[in-house]
Formats: sequence, structure tokens, C-alpha cells
Amino acid sequence: MTDIRARGLTKRFGPLTAVDGIDLDVAHGEAFGFLGPNGAGKSSTMRMIATTSPVTSGELRVLGQDPATHGPEIRARLGVIPQQDTLDMELSVRDNVIVYARYFDIPRAEAGEIADRLLEFVQLTERAKDRVEPLSGGMKRRLTIARSLVNDPDVLLLDEPTTGLDPQARHAVWDRLYRLKAQGVTLVLTTHYMDEAEQLCDRLVVMDGGRIAAQGSPRELIAQHSTPEVLELRFAPGEGEAIAPTLADLSERIEVLPDRLLLYVPDGEVTAEEVASRDLKPLSTLVRRSTLEDVFLHLTGRQLVD
Amino acid sequence: MTSAAVRSYGYWATTYKKTWRGSVTAGFVNPLLYLASLGVGLGSLVDKHQGSSSSTLSHVSYLAFLAPGLLASTAMQTGTGESTWPVMASFTWTRQYHAMLATPLRVADIVAGHVAWIATRIFGTAAIFTGVLAVFGTIKSPGILLAIPAAVLVGLSFATPIMAFAATQETDNAFAILNRFIVLPLFLFSGTFFPISQLPTWTHPIAYVTPLWHGVQLCRGLDLGHVSAGSLLGHAAVLLAFTTVGIVVALRTYRTRLET
Repeated sequence: MTDIRARGLTKRFGPLTAVDGIDLDVAHGEAFGFLGPNGAGKSSTMRMIATTSPVTSGELRVLGQDPATHGPEIRARLGVIPQQDTLDMELSVRDNVIVYARYFDIPRAEAGEIADRLLEFVQLTERAKDRVEPLSGGMKRRLTIARSLVNDPDVLLLDEPTTGLDPQARHAVWDRLYRLKAQGVTLVLTTHYMDEAEQLCDRLVVMDGGRIAAQGSPRELIAQHSTPEVLELRFAPGEGEAIAPTLADLSERIEVLPDRLLLYVPDGEVTAEEVASRDLKPLSTLVRRSTLEDVFLHLTGRQLVD
Repeated sequence: MTSAAVRSYGYWATTYKKTWRGSVTAGFVNPLLYLASLGVGLGSLVDKHQGSSSSTLSHVSYLAFLAPGLLASTAMQTGTGESTWPVMASFTWTRQYHAMLATPLRVADIVAGHVAWIATRIFGTAAIFTGVLAVFGTIKSPGILLAIPAAVLVGLSFATPIMAFAATQETDNAFAILNRFIVLPLFLFSGTFFPISQLPTWTHPIAYVTPLWHGVQLCRGLDLGHVSAGSLLGHAAVLLAFTTVGIVVALRTYRTRLET
């Protein structure tokens, strides 16, 4: 079953085309990601799927229905985790969930039971009676997740779920998302963190300038658009540019970044020895596996997070 | 109200549980201060000088003249207060409108729920105010009970256009200007403290096109019973028109802001 289907989906704001005719199919139970830098069109796409942003042109079906005519019906089955939290800081943690459950017409008594169960799920039971304002960023994010689950959604939309969180808090959020995925909830998320995309997504699209630059599983994307390994040579700022042409014979592709050169090669150690034999003195040398960051760099010529 | 609007109303009622003590206390203290200082204090001078038989003051004491006018002004201030910062907050700070729109609620439900909540707040303030009037013994007729719903209409005639305006604002800068250059002058010159017949004739049309003058006339007329039913209905119609236009425009500006 297809939860989300888009054909030629387009969003324009005046002269600006934010989403430029994309095609998508997200299957039920899938964890699907939009990876791309700020301004790539990820959030605009998410807001159209969330039915709060009218489609400019093209076709969009969410859970089989048209957002233009069935917004409330679709939203009744969605869970939304927006980029910016929409919590009421003055209300208690528990009241935030109950108030939100009431928006879904869940009776008050039942809303209380649901709130207790979901706060348990996101490990906020001890803070249930506290005001939201003093909670840490990670706790607020977990509360937003708890709230998005009040209607037992079929599809969870997560717009940059862990942006601004410290590593520990990010892992706590990811852990909850794995569990939801295991329960069969469809996850659709945007991120500009490649590790998040690799961790969570079965399949993803790389977006750039409102278009889909590539799509597939993280492993497929790396296999198609990068080499198995990357040799990173760090030089003093500005030096790398002059050195890059002298290494052209060692690698099919060299990316020149402000502080380092990236050599895309099948075997990083072998190339590193070659470089060493040429009497170059990089400040440091690192061999690593290719990541989605490299895929993105290859597809767009730019870094994801700068 | 639709059941969906009732659900968005529930949010406001829940948040009010946190602040009702302060707001109810203010609801008592404000009219008490005004009625004691202006109604009783200044009023005794006015009555001595002019005599409560003056037709300018509709043949009643100054306190009795002032009280229903203040009721209308208080409704205006409550309506204005509830439709400025709380609306801004729901778009920008708590983002609660965005939260509501992520659920089956529609923009119309969100607007209807908030308008209904503001009406509730004005009703509460007007009811407390009327209670204070009873303590001062200035109530002239049971018509004052009708002045309470009339005051709700006065408050809404400000609240809904201001909601529509607030939805277009990125910051709260304009609200201070609104209070200083619209709400305060209306408070002072719309017939609350003295009949506008005391002002130059050329200023009268200004009063006629602003809702507070109609509100003061309506509340005073209902309390003192000196005005015909026809003109009371006329004043109510003007207030209803402001309220309705405000709602229609608010639906537009809210949609523009929330559904882009």
C-alpha cells in the first residue's frame, strides 16, 4: 500500500519555485527520508504532505486522499513533528498532551490515559506535572513526539527531528523512532544530517534546488554515487587547491574543500602510501568509508552542513 | 459553534486555569478604582455644579451616567487585550495555532474557538463590572442585565478586526501604537466621561464611525432606559457589522498566515 504518492508535485512562492515537479512513492511501514541542505525544498514538501500548504501544481495523495479536499480527514491519521516545537510553555507536560488529544476529539478521560502511556514511552513520566519551559531541548523534542502520537497515527512526519540537540539527546529520539518503525508506523523525515538519514531511513531522496537529485537506500546511493573509501588530506587553508592537480592520476575524482582534499578511491590505504611517496606533507591523513555526505557533495558540488 | 471549534476553545480555557486569579482580581479592582475616583469623587463636583437634573447627563447623577459608559470601555479594553498579544503568541511564540492546524481542526475552527473564548472573557469582565455597579448602587434598571451581552458585542467589535490585523504582524510593535493612538483616544472621547455634544460638531462624525461610541450609547441606553428601541438596535447593528467584517477578514489573514 502506498501512503504518499506525488507526481510532478510543485510549490511556488511568487517567483520562487521551492519544489520543482517531484515524483514520490512512500510505502506503508517504510522509513523515508528527505536529505538536503537548507532551502532544498524539504520542508515545503513536508508541509504539502501535512496538508497545511496548498499544492501549486501536480498531484499529491496522502493515505489515498487529496489534501486540497480532505485536509482534516488526512490530518486525523497523521502525526506531525514540526521543525519548531509548538508546545505551550506555561502548561504542564501532561496538559500539553491532553490539550492536543482534545483537538483530535479524544474524550478527556481517555486523553488522560493516553497522555500517561505516551509520557511513559518517551520517558517523561517523572516530569508530567512540571511546566514545559524549564525542560531541556531533548525533553521538549520527546514531548513533541509523545504529543504527535495521541491519535495513533499511520504516518509520522518529522521535520528535522533532532536539529539543535546534543548527541545523547539525538540518540534518545532515534531510539523512540526505531520502536515506532518496528510497530509499523510509516516515518517520513527531513534532515540535513547524513548520519541521521543513514541511521533511520530505509530509502531516501537527495533534494537540491527543489528537485530530486538521486534516490535509493543509503547503501545504494553510496554505491552508485561514490567510491568505497575516501582519503582525506588536510593542508593549511588555501594550499590544497594548488596540490590537487598533481594528484589527479591517483583518483578519478578529487573534491577541493577549503581546508582539505577528498580523494575518492577504492582503497584509501594504498592511495595514502602513494601520496606519502610523493614528498607531500599533509597536516593529517585520514582514510574513511564513503558516506551520504560524499554522495551529496558529488551530486551537488556542495557540502550538506556548512 | 461546531464541535471542532469547541475543541480549540478548550485550549484557551485550559490556559486560563493558570491565570484566572489575577484576571478576576483585576476585573474587580479596575472598575472599583474608576467608579470611586471619577464616579464618586469627580462626580460629586459635577453634580454640585450642574445638578443631576441636567439634560446633558440624561437627568441622572454623574456616577450613574459614567457607569454604563465605563462598562462599554472596559469591554473594549478586554477585547483589545485578548486579540493582540495572545494572537501574536499563538502564531509566533507558543505557535499553538500551528499545533491546532496539525490536527483535524481547520482555520475556521481555530478562529471560531478563539473568538468564542474572547467573548467568554469579555462576558466575565462585564459580569464582574456589573456586580461592582450593584455595590455602588448605581444600577438604574434591570436593563443593565442586557448591557452585559451588549458589552460582549462591544468587545468583539474591537477584537475581531484586531485579530485580523494581528495575524498580519510579525512583531508586537504595532500593538503599543494601537493602544496609544486608537484605544486610548476612543476611551477618552467616545462619550464615556462626557457626552460628545460637549465636543466641536466637526468631531461628531469621527465618533459615529468608531464602535466605542455606539457601544457606550447602547450600554447607557439599556441601563438608563432613555433611548428608543430603534436607536438601540441601530447601535447594535453597527457593532455587529464591525464584528462580522472582522471575522471575515480574520479568516482571510489567518489562512494567508497559516496555509502558505
